[in-house]
Amino acid sequence: MDARTLQEFRAVVGERGLITSAEELHTYECDGLTNFRVMPEAVLLPESAEQVQAIVRVCHRERIPFVARGSGTGLSGGALPVEHGIVISTARMNRILEVDLTNQRVVVEPGVINLDVTGKVSPHGFFYAPDPSSQSVCSIGGNVAENSGGAHCLKYGFTTTHVLGIEVVLPDGAMVHLGGRTLDTPGYDLPGVFVGSEGTLGVTTKVILRIVKRPECIQTLLAAFATTGEAGAAVSGIIAAGMVPAAIEMMDNLSIQAAEAAVHAHYPDCGGLLLVELDGPSAEVASLMERVNEICLSCGATEIRVAQSEAERAVFWKGRKAAFAAVGRISPNYIVQDGVIPRTALPRILEEIERLSAAAGIKVANVFHAGDGNLHPLVLYDRSVPGQEHAAEELAMRILELCVEAGGSITGEHGVGEEKKQMIGKMFSEPDLETMQLVRCAFDPLQLSNPSKVFPRPRLCGEKPGRYEPHPLETAGIAERF
Amino acid sequence: MDQAGASSPGGTAAATAEVSWEQLHALIGANYVRPAGPADAVMGVASQTVAEPADEMQLAAALRWANEADIAVAPRGGGTKLGWGNAPRVLRLILSTKRLNRIVEHAWADLTVVAEAGVTFGKLQSALAQHGQRLAVDPLWPENATIGGILSTNDSGALRLRFGGLRDLVIGVTLALPDGTLAKSGGKVVKNVAGYDLPKLVTGALGTLGVITRAAFRLHPLPPAEGRTLTFRAGSVSDANRLIVELQGSPLAHTGLQARARHDVQPEVDVRFDGTPAGIEAQCTTARKLAAFAVETGESAQVWNARQELWTLADTAAVAKFSVLPSRIAAACETVRRAAEKGGMKWKIVAQGTGLGWVRLEAAQPADIREALVSVRAEFERGAGSLFIANRPAGSGAIEAWGSPGDAYPVMLRVKQQFDPRGTLNPGRFVGGI
Repeated sequence: MDARTLQEFRAVVGERGLITSAEELHTYECDGLTNFRVMPEAVLLPESAEQVQAIVRVCHRERIPFVARGSGTGLSGGALPVEHGIVISTARMNRILEVDLTNQRVVVEPGVINLDVTGKVSPHGFFYAPDPSSQSVCSIGGNVAENSGGAHCLKYGFTTTHVLGIEVVLPDGAMVHLGGRTLDTPGYDLPGVFVGSEGTLGVTTKVILRIVKRPECIQTLLAAFATTGEAGAAVSGIIAAGMVPAAIEMMDNLSIQAAEAAVHAHYPDCGGLLLVELDGPSAEVASLMERVNEICLSCGATEIRVAQSEAERAVFWKGRKAAFAAVGRISPNYIVQDGVIPRTALPRILEEIERLSAAAGIKVANVFHAGDGNLHPLVLYDRSVPGQEHAAEELAMRILELCVEAGGSITGEHGVGEEKKQMIGKMFSEPDLETMQLVRCAFDPLQLSNPSKVFPRPRLCGEKPGRYEPHPLETAGIAERF
Repeated sequence: MDQAGASSPGGTAAATAEVSWEQLHALIGANYVRPAGPADAVMGVASQTVAEPADEMQLAAALRWANEADIAVAPRGGGTKLGWGNAPRVLRLILSTKRLNRIVEHAWADLTVVAEAGVTFGKLQSALAQHGQRLAVDPLWPENATIGGILSTNDSGALRLRFGGLRDLVIGVTLALPDGTLAKSGGKVVKNVAGYDLPKLVTGALGTLGVITRAAFRLHPLPPAEGRTLTFRAGSVSDANRLIVELQGSPLAHTGLQARARHDVQPEVDVRFDGTPAGIEAQCTTARKLAAFAVETGESAQVWNARQELWTLADTAAVAKFSVLPSRIAAACETVRRAAEKGGMKWKIVAQGTGLGWVRLEAAQPADIREALVSVRAEFERGAGSLFIANRPAGSGAIEAWGSPGDAYPVMLRVKQQFDPRGTLNPGRFVGGI
């Protein structure tokens, strides 16, 4: 990058806001997916939307690709820098700007940490519903990019359900406001397509979030089964009984062992563990919890515990939320995968995974958002064993293929990013992907914003579409357009 | 054809070029192509031809043919909301989804359904009910409205408060694009972030980006028992608003909450509870405590028809959808009242706890309605809200159906140009002339 451009960036963000030294840049060469690494030319840490806009304008003029980055916890390489590009970190844009309890809205900057939103409003009995396992460190801007989910999205929906409006700096440097404070703002649902676009349509600079009133009562049940098959049958029973629990989570034996080793959640040692959380009016929750209890027993549960206190409930969840990191206790290296299947395909897919795992000689631990079919296989391997990393990657991709074959998806909440852009073609045809990229062409025809992610090949956006101007003869009413 | 000299942001297709309709016959069969009649006009703009393709392949082929021949197309489902939006600049072909009427897959154990666009909401709900499930929206005219039309107009009712809008329930769509591409996005699983979320983009796009040929939805179980609705009369619109805000700020899990206000009676607030009998009972008790400052007037589920009843149309009535902050519902009612009184009009409002609402204005002189709508819209927009005119009486003059789309309008225009560069689909019907 030439000195003049760097000087221009420095003028925008100041000396403290510009990182160019190799050792500091190392921090930014990957996100939560550590097996992909690219050194950026520079990292910029703007403190305001105006600074973001100034940076993007320079990038646009100089055709410098940029990647926006929140906390860097993403698991698909979405915040992986691109060659000859810069990283725009939103870490310093971390103010909660406005809290409107009456209308249940909060306005935040993109660097605000997910859990801090709930922290801010919980004294008033509210919470911010999307709860990815990384919620204590991940940022709202990153959540917007990935359309993050979490255990409770079964009932409450994903990030996209809770984002009403977004201030965005477009890749050409224009600042626009998508959606707003009220529902159904006139025009296309641009927040709908921006959320989950993985940073490819522009940089988020402010977000209007919806918060939710905490339910009167929350109860969490933990049930142990001999097998994941039995646990799966209990999930089917709960759904068939017409319930929509706040969360249903499943862990297999390997992931239970890992969680135990890491956080001592005192989970029973069993083949399949279920966590079922119900919330709502107390009277309702009490009667439904009885039904859940019956269903679990009839499906062969060997042990059932209902959390008797908020502290016990937190312990139940601690094991689950720590599961990814906990696997580090039982394996030197691992891949966290994220596939979705129609929930009813679970027994068959788990069997297949077991077969593939045995054939490859690589262990797979399974953590599962069982209510909505979102499977997180943790593929365990040892990088120091020659060939094992490659075999693990192949196995992880084969599992995703299984998900697609079952009518599911290659990602439920982690995004396509860098990691799965070659897989997306298994799920969508070329015309499907070309059609999606029409949106890309409308937002970012020069492909500067997080280029080379999500899609295996960029679409050529063609000539820049211009505003239709009627011919003078038409205007005069002499001719009509054919 | 259209207003001379008006710039046409979405491009434009020709109105009167000679066309060989036989080519269309060859694509979908002569029996399913017929001359359009007066009933096929869209907001007073006559069409030439109506075509009813048998499936999505035929629909895409017909659309491609029309696009290449510069024939402006209006997609049509049940035709219940053809009066919504702006009048088309030009119209020659109505592409009906009537025969795309299969429920493709109800995976009841997975709580999802895939259906073709022409399936009526009533048919869909009956099929889902066989397994104790529903698509948790309550659209207008459910017996005739099709899922393609409901999605394209983003028509949601009182259930939105608890279950989200269509954008939150649609999980996949297949679209026919003007160039004949059939493209799918999303999928048939509830959780899925692979690729761009086009199902949301086309929800509420009024068929201006592509024709929805099928859609997948997440479903909810039917409530276990008959729910209960409580109605309270409030002394004023601000009391009604206060009750709405208090119920919304409570831990109650109501599935409907609306205020009904009109020119001649005191406003009422309706709240509905579903769930187990014990849960419903306990919630009714809590709600009554919160509503101690209002008078309980009855218990009838009929009140949830209030939105649809706004459409018992006299020639002189307009119906508009508004969106305001929930705390500003009373202010919205006051704004409507002032504007209506000024013009000597009757008015009615049904406003939901989400801040979405519907207003009906009835005047002796249609021309007066225009002025009232313009002033109400301006006031709403000052408070971050909006007003969309769904139906307007003949003679009320030209008025843009939507208000300001804000500073993202250039992006919307570019999206339209990417999807429909020749301006074939519903030209001029959407926001800002798109």
